[in-house]
Amino acid sequence: MISPRRLAQRSGLLQAVRSFFISRQYVEVDTPLRLPVSLPESNILPFSSQGWFLQTSPELCMKRLLAHGCSRLFQICHCFRREEQGRYHQTEFAMLEWYHTGWSYLELMEECEDLLCQLAASPVDLVGVPGPATLQRDGRTIMLDPPWQRLTVDDAFERFAGVSAREALARDQFDELLVTKIEPRLGWDRPVFLYDYPAELASLARRKQENPSLSERVELYVAGIELANGFSELVDPEEQRQRFAKEIFRMRKAGYSLASMPDRFLDDLGRLKETAGIALGLDRLFMIMLGCETLAEAVPFGLNDL
Amino acid sequence: MYSASDLRKGLKVEIDGEPYIIIEFEFSKPGKGQALYRTKMRSMISGNQFTQTYRSNAKFEKPDLEERTMQFLYSQDDEFHFMDTSSYEQISLTRDQLGDNINFLVDNMEVQVLFFGDRPIDINLPIFVHLEVIKADPWVKGDTSGTDTKPVTLETGYVLQVPPFIEQGDRIQIDTRTGGYITRVKE
Repeated sequence: MISPRRLAQRSGLLQAVRSFFISRQYVEVDTPLRLPVSLPESNILPFSSQGWFLQTSPELCMKRLLAHGCSRLFQICHCFRREEQGRYHQTEFAMLEWYHTGWSYLELMEECEDLLCQLAASPVDLVGVPGPATLQRDGRTIMLDPPWQRLTVDDAFERFAGVSAREALARDQFDELLVTKIEPRLGWDRPVFLYDYPAELASLARRKQENPSLSERVELYVAGIELANGFSELVDPEEQRQRFAKEIFRMRKAGYSLASMPDRFLDDLGRLKETAGIALGLDRLFMIMLGCETLAEAVPFGLNDL
Repeated sequence: MYSASDLRKGLKVEIDGEPYIIIEFEFSKPGKGQALYRTKMRSMISGNQFTQTYRSNAKFEKPDLEERTMQFLYSQDDEFHFMDTSSYEQISLTRDQLGDNINFLVDNMEVQVLFFGDRPIDINLPIFVHLEVIKADPWVKGDTSGTDTKPVTLETGYVLQVPPFIEQGDRIQIDTRTGGYITRVKE
């Protein structure tokens, strides 16, 4: 179980995250964890709870609040995902998610740079933070001063996997190549933003206007570890409904009969202005900053402590 | 039958009719992507290793493995012979199959023989065994060389470092997992 010292450090980091967003005029929200309908994503499975679901992410509720007139929101909450358990996964984990209307994913990338720099600015003796704006992992020193590297998914596949992202998708090897060839190489000098994903993997991101085969989706990597996933949000309810329908079809085919269309979310989506949002795995960031080997060491209770 | 979510380090699975043990395991899941189970497998028969990434729909047979208590009888050339003391059935394993285990194997020792189907493939030794020292340099009192161990040779031919007071003819306890000295045995 976590030591009192680490727990205090984790508390300090939580406070610092809140200060960062509050100083930037974000409003903190606490949306329900238990929902009547889950976000339809075929690779992310919810726990059911008396006919409802524990959230896999706060995205549906937060976007509805934005559609109802909020402009900057952040939330620190727990999310629940079935069957995700490993060195960097816990079925229950802390997520930091924030949205800024009027922005695209480009501004979000800059805000990630600012956030991590500020969190690592005045470290209180954290094992993973050897100096200001510096992280340390596996004996490597990672500098946080901006700008961080921005690498398109296409370039990353060409450079590290020797095939194009299109080819990898066509061969049904995209995830395998990403995990084995690309991710381990990312974010060892400075953090890396991997961006512009094939539109098939867009999820809730909008397509690029100048190239609709790509979506404005970004993932942040530090020390080979995926920390955050962000979008220029798709605000077209019809396109979103079609994407959800595909996901629901896949889920039902795989035997998850409970997947259903989040209609009230789609009703509200039509009122959402241009917005960018990003979800950051807070436990993973804290794991790195606290110098922990595994996610379970960085949280108050790992699954095996319960 | 195991599914991918059962995989973990140390689990034994059957692949293409051969038993494998998982020696490294990592759960991975790229953002919005599918769960991937990354493994390094070692054949329990040939010792060959390979790495493989599985998806969540992968299925594995449970290998038909059984341990039987048997007594080590003797070795001849590179064949090591064992006997089931209740059925008197005898089997043999090769030096290659036994690997480092032969360092701790003496006549009449009871061991667990691992069978894959009808085929013996490996043995598990007791964790602690007692072996006789057959060669040791005498302990020179007042030795100021500063070393606090010395090498000795056991009845199996195995050489290890022990405290300097161990003498030829002593029996010592060894941890077969590490091959290290535990204590001198008074008998």
